[in-house]
Amino acid sequence: MTNSRRSFDVLVVGAGPAGIAAACCAAQEGARVGIVDNNARPGGQIWRGETQDSDVVDAASWLRKLVGSRVEILAPMEVFAQPEAGRLVATSPDGACELSYKKLILCTGARERFLPFPGWTLPNVMGAGGLQALVKSGMGIAGKKVVVAGSGPLLLAVAAHLRAHGADVRTIAEQAPWSRLVRFGMALASRGQKISQAFQLKKQLSRIAYRAGCWVVAAEGNGKVESVTLRTERKTWKEPCDYLACGFHLVPNTELASLLGCELRAEFVRTDDFQESSVSGTYCAGEPTGIGGLELSIAEGQIAGFAAAGQRERAQAYFGERKSQRRFSTALERTFMLRDELRHLPGAETIVCRCEDVKFGRLREQPSWRAAKLQTRCGMGPCQGRICGPAVEFLFGWKAESARPPIFPVAVESLAATACAE
Amino acid sequence: MPKAFSVTVNGAHVGVTEDMTALAAILLSGTTTLRRSVSGEPRGALCGMGGCFECRVTINGERHCRSCQIRCAQAMDIRTDD
Repeated sequence: MTNSRRSFDVLVVGAGPAGIAAACCAAQEGARVGIVDNNARPGGQIWRGETQDSDVVDAASWLRKLVGSRVEILAPMEVFAQPEAGRLVATSPDGACELSYKKLILCTGARERFLPFPGWTLPNVMGAGGLQALVKSGMGIAGKKVVVAGSGPLLLAVAAHLRAHGADVRTIAEQAPWSRLVRFGMALASRGQKISQAFQLKKQLSRIAYRAGCWVVAAEGNGKVESVTLRTERKTWKEPCDYLACGFHLVPNTELASLLGCELRAEFVRTDDFQESSVSGTYCAGEPTGIGGLELSIAEGQIAGFAAAGQRERAQAYFGERKSQRRFSTALERTFMLRDELRHLPGAETIVCRCEDVKFGRLREQPSWRAAKLQTRCGMGPCQGRICGPAVEFLFGWKAESARPPIFPVAVESLAATACAE
Repeated sequence: MPKAFSVTVNGAHVGVTEDMTALAAILLSGTTTLRRSVSGEPRGALCGMGGCFECRVTINGERHCRSCQIRCAQAMDIRTDD
């Protein structure tokens, strides 16, 4: 087990759009920059599988910029603890690595929110983004019947992607009602770029049933999903499928920020105008500061990158763009608010914590997240509550507790290497 | 063009390319159950991005590898926990 050490002026965690923009801007100002990502290649979830030659224009141009810069790409590598201020420890296939920095920029992105319903633990019930990631990483989907369900604009992008790869997308079930989606559409109409994206998607999705005010109540199958029960306010029916791609919008990845002591506001990392968190010298950009999509992430990344490199004036040039993109973020939140019916999907026997197989019936009796952890082991498995945490927050109103190291399960050798380094 | 080679999934040969993940190779082999949960339920991948740990399998003898995060390599030996 090697225990390599690296040191940087600016260290960026997360190589999605926000992280790439931050790293490029800081490097452009002459800072020695490193960028860490747990995937083998930069791009994050949204640009997964894209390259410098991609026909996705912004992905190609930012990836070209990154590869052409002097930024050191550290991937795959996963940060798991902070032994002291200015130093993080990470694991990679080559062993443990110690990363020192003067300034840190957290661009840890978001993950899908999953909500439990009977049958959601069956194989081939996946996240919407999850199934898309799988198809991007080489799994064939041609001819397979897929139901896309849940909430958020991601459902449309996923359905379009799956269809382009030959999937037979049966239905897109969006839980938000039409009335809110129409208002959202009108808000989009005031913005050129987003509306053209929306039209493009609509074309790609022609003849697929898009149902608003429609939600999953159960998945059925023997050993794997074979059908899904959908419901609207008027009716309930079964839709046969090979895959159910189901996610309820996004939740921010704030485990690392929270471990480092960054203050959160609601569920998001609180930052100042220059994207600096409550911990001096630690910046945060992209989804962890508020779910706002690609353009907002890039604007925040640029601000954080320039600010961390000491170029506050250059950072200010992106304040206007950020402000306008934040309006979209607010509209997103309002539009895709989760309906109350979703709280009543799990039955007593429905598993909520997939790592420890903790059922809804047992959790319902607990007074708090802490009690649930102690009494049932809910959230104590390898995912450390990443999946069930947002679910129990929605179901019972329990807030996640602060993160503890290691924020990802790591091999004993990596922990030992950290201890030796201390 | 990405390089093509084969890996084994529970002993059976599967033709893959280097840009595929171990998870894609497993599903391509027709296996849908990746592991059994603590109470014995069949489980498959969920999040596809390394966060949920549902896709844990044994790769080249190492247990608990997240198959969605690991790319195929020549002669890789993948075993599901079913």
